[in-house]
Amino acid sequence: MTAVSAFAKPSPEEDWLPILERATQEVFEIMLGCQVKRAESSEHKLAGGFTAIVGLAGALCGVVTMCCATETAGQIAKGMLGDTADSAGQAVDALGEMCNMIAGNFKNKLAGTDERCLLSVPSVISGGEYRFHSLVEGQSMETVVLFEDAPVSIRLQLQN
Amino acid sequence: MDKITALIVDDSSVMRKIVERSLRQAGIELEKVVEASNGAEALVALQSNKVDLILCDINMPVMDGLEFVRQAAAMESAKGIPIVMITTEGSESHVVQALTAGARGYIRKPFTPDQVKEHVLPVLGKKQ
Repeated sequence: MTAVSAFAKPSPEEDWLPILERATQEVFEIMLGCQVKRAESSEHKLAGGFTAIVGLAGALCGVVTMCCATETAGQIAKGMLGDTADSAGQAVDALGEMCNMIAGNFKNKLAGTDERCLLSVPSVISGGEYRFHSLVEGQSMETVVLFEDAPVSIRLQLQN
Repeated sequence: MDKITALIVDDSSVMRKIVERSLRQAGIELEKVVEASNGAEALVALQSNKVDLILCDINMPVMDGLEFVRQAAAMESAKGIPIVMITTEGSESHVVQALTAGARGYIRKPFTPDQVKEHVLPVLGKKQ
């Protein structure tokens, strides 16, 4: 299997979850100056305040989402801007930008993918009462990290 | 170092503030900061502001950063203004496109203040 075809359908031996986790940890460390711990997703119930979405198109198709409680998004904004971050708009903006950087960092770590995969600008959904439906089959992987003891879910949903 | 006017172009207001803070942490004294949320707004801002430095994202709505750099390069009022891209797009082809269009530097997000210093001071002709 060549590197070119490899990223279209990740096989079990090409597990991308560790890459997604590393990409996430690096963004938190560089932008917020903190080392986030991985949590078991089943142990932490996510109160869906905001969900940021960044689309992937080209060689890699799908979406990267980042979901956390409203208060946690506010803490992320404060971590990025300091105490001047005080609005819901800044929390939404910060979450969208974090998701964007995680998606970008993830694809840049996949050999051969970054050249032929484009990112969308981020969008952010408010509220947790929604379900995500992909119109084509695919795979998904999720990592949940604890930021300030609150869970933040980062999910990669791929379309085959 | 003389005070400068910086044009920061990013669709994220949070990121614009982080870039501004990083410039100050790099020891760059800012007379004024002009903000734009996309390339089209940045072109308008260039017509009404005397700018010494441009920091620009790539993925933005309305007009992306690469198109902005191409159009700015053709503007008489923007001639000689150093442009540094700050973007999540880290591919070699994006770097080449940006530099070919006229950008003088390229910083990948996520970035540290030290990386901003490392890439911005040289294009301002300053030693680190």
